[in-house]
Amino acid sequence: MKRDAIVIGQEDNVATALRDLTAGELVSAGIGASSLSVTLVDPVIFGHKFATRAIFKGHEIVKYGEVIGRATADIPQGAHVHVHNIESLRGRGDLA
Amino acid sequence: MMEFQGYRRPDGQVGTRNYVGILSTVVCANEVAEDIARQVDGAVSFTHHQGCCQTPLDIQRVNAVLIGLGSNPNLASVLLVSLGCESTAIEEIVAGIRKTGKRVEVITIQEHGGAARTRAEGTRIVEDMVSDASSQKTEACPLSDIVLGLKCGSSDTTQGLSATPVIGVASDRIVAAGGTSVLGEVTEFIGAEHIVARHAANETIGKQIIAMVNRMEGRAKAVGCDMRGGQPTGGNIKGGLSTIEEKSLGAIAKAGTAPIQAVYEYGVKPTVKGLVVMDSPGREPEILTGLAAAGCNLIAFATGRGAPQGFPFVPVVKLTGNAQTWERMHDHMDMSVAGIIEGTESIPEAGERLLDRILEVASGARTRSEITGYTRAMDIYVLGPVI
Repeated sequence: MKRDAIVIGQEDNVATALRDLTAGELVSAGIGASSLSVTLVDPVIFGHKFATRAIFKGHEIVKYGEVIGRATADIPQGAHVHVHNIESLRGRGDLA
Repeated sequence: MMEFQGYRRPDGQVGTRNYVGILSTVVCANEVAEDIARQVDGAVSFTHHQGCCQTPLDIQRVNAVLIGLGSNPNLASVLLVSLGCESTAIEEIVAGIRKTGKRVEVITIQEHGGAARTRAEGTRIVEDMVSDASSQKTEACPLSDIVLGLKCGSSDTTQGLSATPVIGVASDRIVAAGGTSVLGEVTEFIGAEHIVARHAANETIGKQIIAMVNRMEGRAKAVGCDMRGGQPTGGNIKGGLSTIEEKSLGAIAKAGTAPIQAVYEYGVKPTVKGLVVMDSPGREPEILTGLAAAGCNLIAFATGRGAPQGFPFVPVVKLTGNAQTWERMHDHMDMSVAGIIEGTESIPEAGERLLDRILEVASGARTRSEITGYTRAMDIYVLGPVI
């Protein structure tokens, strides 16, 4: 089956768009040899991420099976995940 | 069982190629080394810009790297080309390489009386060496005899989603079979060094990894550059990368999921099997040379926009997940994993294809960089000033 997005690690809670995707679209995200379906609530362009399940404010964002940052707002399933709603946990004076 | 046809050397290492290596011992001998290599089919030269007017620490490093390169199993025998007045320790280098049991000779330009005479004598020696090397037969070797170097460069959005995790799959398979995989590009760890350290086999190795990253950052700071600030860049954010952790993970995905068994200085040959980390910057000439000096007999190289560089005597397999790069830079690419980005192939499937390709190349299939002769990306990574 042709995929619209890719999930790299089994534990990831985000997928990356493989083409420009539109809000309301039911997309297929490949995860290893299988895939999962998510209805997007935002447009997500190629290379950008969306949540494959709801992520609450303060919770970790996982990609490559590793923590890449933390949610700064509640992120519903299918929402665009980027600098507007997640923050890095590294290189920050206030967290050092 | 996964096997390849390789050249088993007297010390047990396995070559994927069977060249006679002509190593310049100093920048001033490069011309003669190159000339001899051009004269003799089956010989390749390694040249660089070091070997004199450097700090003692850097000279020691050049000695060690030349020993490492000469000891690489892809070389059947070695001719060192010396000027005569350089700082490198010729006797030490000869003795170091001879420990592998291979034939090593030296010619010295100032002793022979100029380039023309040295070329003539060197050509005669190398012709004999090629004649001897050509009678060595290949034998079936297990996957565990692969020492894989990991590299990525000229990146784009597709790279961390396709080519690097695909190399990670192949690396995991080689490590699981008892082989070795060498991760350099310590610069790429910045932002994810805590994650790389967590993949260490034990706490001591984890601390060594953090220390190595701090040292790399310190070198940049010493010349007034903050490598951590401003990451990810504006262009990265536009492309979809949200944090420095995400950016770094995209690069180190090529190391797969195996535990890191040891940490080595630049160009040092691993004494353990499994995934290891080697101190190295990311720039092609220095890391490709470092991987070759560490004994890698094959290098897997992920690229998004199409990096063409290879190395004189270690085959470099290029893979890209960018369909446009596969078309436009076809002369330089060995494998497309664009199916992942097109949504038609999974990362594990592409990883199996890469493993097959690695075994073919290890058995003699020629890479694009070998065919095009784009193999001159080489230099020795040094730390101090030129004096």
